[in-house]
Amino acid sequence: MLSQGALTYVNIVVAGLLTGCVYALMALGLSVIFGVIRIVNFAHGEMMVAAMYAVLLLNQKLGVDPIVALPVIAAVSFAAGYGLQRGFINRYIARPEHEQFLLLLAIAIMLTSATLMAFGPDARNVQLDYAYDSYEFHGILVDKVRVLAAFGAIAGVAALWAFFRFSRTGKAIRACADNPTGARVVGLNVERLYAVTFGIGTACVGAAGALLLLLVDVQPYIAADYTLLAFIIVIVGGLGSMPGALIGGLLVGVSEALSGFLLVPSLKGMFSFGLLIAVLLIRPQGLLGRQA
Amino acid sequence: MIYRPTRRAVGRGAIAAGAWLAAGTRRSFAQAPALKVGVLSPKSGFLALIGQGCQRGFDLAAAMMRDRGTRIELMSADTESKPEVARTQAEKLIRDGAHMLSGAFDSGQSAAIAQVAEQHGVPYLINIAADPKITDQGYKFVFRNFPTAPMLATGALTLIKDLFETTGKTPKTAVLMIINDTFGQATQNAFNVLMPKLGMPFRVVETITYDPQARDLSVEVAKAKAAGADLHLCVTRLNDGILMVREMVKQRYEPMGIISPGAPGFYERPFIKTLGKYAEYCFSNNPWISPQLLLAKSAEAAFTKMFPDDQFDITVGFSFEAIMIAADAYKRAGSTSPAALVEALRTTNISDRLMIGEPIRFDDKGQNVGNKLASLQIRNGKPTVVLPTADAEAKPVFPMPGWSQRG
Repeated sequence: MLSQGALTYVNIVVAGLLTGCVYALMALGLSVIFGVIRIVNFAHGEMMVAAMYAVLLLNQKLGVDPIVALPVIAAVSFAAGYGLQRGFINRYIARPEHEQFLLLLAIAIMLTSATLMAFGPDARNVQLDYAYDSYEFHGILVDKVRVLAAFGAIAGVAALWAFFRFSRTGKAIRACADNPTGARVVGLNVERLYAVTFGIGTACVGAAGALLLLLVDVQPYIAADYTLLAFIIVIVGGLGSMPGALIGGLLVGVSEALSGFLLVPSLKGMFSFGLLIAVLLIRPQGLLGRQA
Repeated sequence: MIYRPTRRAVGRGAIAAGAWLAAGTRRSFAQAPALKVGVLSPKSGFLALIGQGCQRGFDLAAAMMRDRGTRIELMSADTESKPEVARTQAEKLIRDGAHMLSGAFDSGQSAAIAQVAEQHGVPYLINIAADPKITDQGYKFVFRNFPTAPMLATGALTLIKDLFETTGKTPKTAVLMIINDTFGQATQNAFNVLMPKLGMPFRVVETITYDPQARDLSVEVAKAKAAGADLHLCVTRLNDGILMVREMVKQRYEPMGIISPGAPGFYERPFIKTLGKYAEYCFSNNPWISPQLLLAKSAEAAFTKMFPDDQFDITVGFSFEAIMIAADAYKRAGSTSPAALVEALRTTNISDRLMIGEPIRFDDKGQNVGNKLASLQIRNGKPTVVLPTADAEAKPVFPMPGWSQRG
């Protein structure tokens, strides 16, 4: 049996790892989109917040549990992302980066304003019967919603990995990422595949939103924080790398938890940025990123 | 025939003339230009819920003052919970013709507004903000109705000692969780000075500060639990108060009691509604609306009519009183000039008030020194006065029942 002090550390690390899994799923969307389309989605956090509100509505109006709502939200997010890429972003792919940035920033601002108008500025959360439950294993206390969220995130990451590894569309998307011109030469519809990729990215972020709603309250203004967090994770893990996003998410989750416990809790956000600076100095391509 | 009025007829005439004169005066005051009060509150951002409560207090008071013959025109601005926005909004309100400013719930934002008001020579009446530095600066145009952090801390800590005496249970150690903003830091400084001075019977074994915009307090609560203290003291706002108690339940952290000395959060309706049975037995030592005073009763009735879904609490109460003080000063000054308003504010003496305490009077620094605190405990979904015993609606329950013993 572990001592009380050791148990506290184990509890902190486990909580950090579980939260990190959800962070990883959220960041994966950003990483997939950049890895294939080479566009940085500056509206990433806002898309997640929009998904969180959608889950909240389903819960409040129809009593749907966020875990049950997850596939629906992921599907709707996929459709929205697909449409967005087909309708707008495809036209900006060949344009300068600052124009792409402005387009996505405009989408981000519109999403924040829309959620603010629809739901107001108040923090909202889902009321679940099991929200206060926790499991105990040999003195280690694990919060039930955190476990559910982490399992949901791991399932999402695994499904995504299997899709890119085994499905024909997944393989075609990887081909586009490696060599868009070559992909075109062999007859792949690159624009459609880009739209599918953007849809997958937004589906990831939608699913992450459904899971994150189990852990935190939603407010329109938290979006920018999550966009920034997703950037930190993918840069730490390596921009465009799927395993990198997973490792980055776990690292940020654990480092936030441990630094909050060992140092001053109000500095835990600062620690993530410290990690980012350290990675940029020592390994600019990220932990699992490829050298440009 | 010469008409010789009787004494009774003269008396009746005098009363009628007096009434006519009074009505005339009232009518002429009512016809005077409206006092434009720029009210600043954090209606969006992380303090949005509380800021909206402030606005309701301002709106209610302006309506009631108008009914009483004083024309108040509110110019409302949103500070977005940010001091820099509070500053620019205050400047805009002054440019747009505000005769007086009020707000802004938070110390950081109020300090920024105070600088602007002083620069422009416009009277500024703080509804809620506790950092003592704001009124210690020697500003000429700044007044505050709310207690300072040391006043809050003194009153709140004294009530904690009273709680131990009343219940006969005294914890030996405590952990202190504090929000890391201007208000939290001011309260922490006040605690550091006052705890030894007031001879608190417990020792603070751990002080944990956290980010005001924290989305998750699991680490902070784990740290508090690891300290193994008997008592959990906290200085929170609303959302973080909810996050904190929720984590305490999940982590099965059960101290003897959870006491918020002088901070908002626990008495607010969303806290009680969101946490349900887990909000029960939490203590909040704060200034509070007197259930006995006549004005409080009529204001509460009007509030319930105007805002049936919202809570009549100190956020509303102090914002209401700010407008009431402004109306009183304007009435006595008879002018909207800053000098006349400031002079009238200095000589404020309002005994017919909403909040528990002595009449509203400002000292040389512009600080109201007459506020008093009550100890509130959430009981049956309602903030209930449990101390001081003279004002108590129920007896305090301490230690609190465990999380699993609440049905």
